[in-house]
Amino acid sequence: MDAFIHQFLAGLATGGIYASVALALVMIYQATHHVNFAQGELAMFCTYLAWSLINAGFGYWSAFLITVMLAFVLGVLIERVIVRPVENSPVLAVVVVFIALLVIFNSIAGWIYSYTIKTFPSPFPAEPFFGNKYMSSHEIGSIGVTLVVLLLLYAFFRYTPLGLAMRAAAQNPASAKLVGIRVGWMLALGWGLAAAIGAVAGMMVAPVVFLDPNMMGGILLYAFAAALVGGVDSPGGAVFGGFLVGVLENLLGAFVIGNELKLAVALVLIVGVLVVKPTGFFGKVHVSRV
Amino acid sequence: MSRRVLIVLAVVLLAACALPLVVSNYRVFQFTMVLVYAIALLGLNLLTGYNGQISLGHGAFYAIGAYCAAILMDKFGVPYWATLPAAGAVCFVVGFLFGLPALRLEGLYLALATFALGVSMPQLLKYHLIEKWTGGVQGIVIVKPDPPFGLRLSPDQWLYYFTLAVMILMFVLAWNLLRGRVGRALIAIRDQHVAAEAMGVNSALYKTLAFGVSAMYTGIAGALGAIAIQFVAPDSFNIFLSITFLVGVVIGGLASISGAIYGALFIQFVPNFADEISKAAPWAIFGVFLLAFVYVMPFGVAGAIRMLLARLARKAQNDSGTAGMATNSAAGAKTPGSSNATG
Repeated sequence: MDAFIHQFLAGLATGGIYASVALALVMIYQATHHVNFAQGELAMFCTYLAWSLINAGFGYWSAFLITVMLAFVLGVLIERVIVRPVENSPVLAVVVVFIALLVIFNSIAGWIYSYTIKTFPSPFPAEPFFGNKYMSSHEIGSIGVTLVVLLLLYAFFRYTPLGLAMRAAAQNPASAKLVGIRVGWMLALGWGLAAAIGAVAGMMVAPVVFLDPNMMGGILLYAFAAALVGGVDSPGGAVFGGFLVGVLENLLGAFVIGNELKLAVALVLIVGVLVVKPTGFFGKVHVSRV
Repeated sequence: MSRRVLIVLAVVLLAACALPLVVSNYRVFQFTMVLVYAIALLGLNLLTGYNGQISLGHGAFYAIGAYCAAILMDKFGVPYWATLPAAGAVCFVVGFLFGLPALRLEGLYLALATFALGVSMPQLLKYHLIEKWTGGVQGIVIVKPDPPFGLRLSPDQWLYYFTLAVMILMFVLAWNLLRGRVGRALIAIRDQHVAAEAMGVNSALYKTLAFGVSAMYTGIAGALGAIAIQFVAPDSFNIFLSITFLVGVVIGGLASISGAIYGALFIQFVPNFADEISKAAPWAIFGVFLLAFVYVMPFGVAGAIRMLLARLARKAQNDSGTAGMATNSAAGAKTPGSSNATG
């Protein structure tokens, strides 16, 4: 039983990471109907930036904040400069652009920082909180950080005029334009926010999986699965899906199929959800007219 | 085919036959890999270029083909040439089966599902229950075949000619497939699947068949690649292999048969040159080229060559006088637009 509880809680901790990345994916999907294949590599790259800042002598939390801001700017820039020209192109062109971004970020990180694995510090104490035997401080801390990010986002979209404008731009661009919202910039802001969330997720997961240019590959896959399980256009669903996939992955890996086939869980989930219930748990059904 | 095209093809073929006699064995091996990649790219192009189904996981089919060949040769002593039909058949079935759920997925979602397949493939190959066949992380080492009939060729040269013959066969088959009823159906489904169905095209059947045939091509390429490299291991079939194929198809030219060869040359030789700058440079260059091609040359090298030829032809027409100019320039102007279908 102890082992079960332990795996369950560890699943929640990684689930928080998946939830963050899935949330970033859903934010971009909602606004533009693009799936950002480069989300993971963007997060990885930002984590390297944080690593550089920490090594340059910044404290953890100041490096954290600066990285989040840099990630935001990077996201906005990518949208304005690279994604904008293919906004209305066929799906294939968009997918190719995202794949191009994926390999570019991966190789730039490898070029600058080399492919050797680096350790990344955790801001939380090494001793478990309150001497509990189930979860390390980092696991509890990263769940906490995920929840804070979620609350901030919720408050932003629910209670600020800018958040309202962004929701309007995503839901109905034409009408949003008519009431004076600059839809293009709202999309860019959405990209910036998504990149910032990804950066937080990257910094939270890096102490666990260690820092290297390919560290987000598997995580991105789980995040895809999480976003699809929750419903690809539902932010709340993505968070739910993230925690669900994290727990499922850990329990199945520990007790049923072994650690070797963990990625196959994501594959089966992705194909399964897409085939059986493409809207996921909380997604809206879209009916298109031919 | 016009006479001029036939002459060009004959010259290219002669050059391809003469090539291994004038370059070193290592270069011969590289050109063998070009031929292998060309087959794989043609397979991906059948699916993505002609039928509009995006696959980011074709490395998985390449891996299955490679493992089929390696296991048959290593464990069952099957001769190398006999592994190709087997690899093709296995990949056709796997591709067909994967194509069934893929029917329900359009565009982005299919890209997602195939991406997941590509990412998880190395882990599946390492699975311990199939380790006694696959060799687990270690992979399988196979021996390079010797030339038959006492031919005085090095094994590398023989393998090159063998691969060339297979490639020509596969290209002729694809060309025959695409220029007729099937090719029109595939393109019609890509461009307007509702209209295609209204015209009586069985969209579900053609799409799954396209998936199967595409996987078969890539699987045969994988088998040839395994024989040429003499080694298979799970980690060489990661997601970046699938992305390499995508790069090749986009650079060579979507929906173009000749594009497969340009793309194969690109993905074989550009990393070689770029490796000298940095280990990361090939991928940086791949990424930048991908972006540049999407923005500037969406039909790839093949499309650019086609447009250049059309422009030259039009210029020649204009210079040679006004007789028949109207009809010819109309035909010339049509070429870039209708170029998706031919070439």
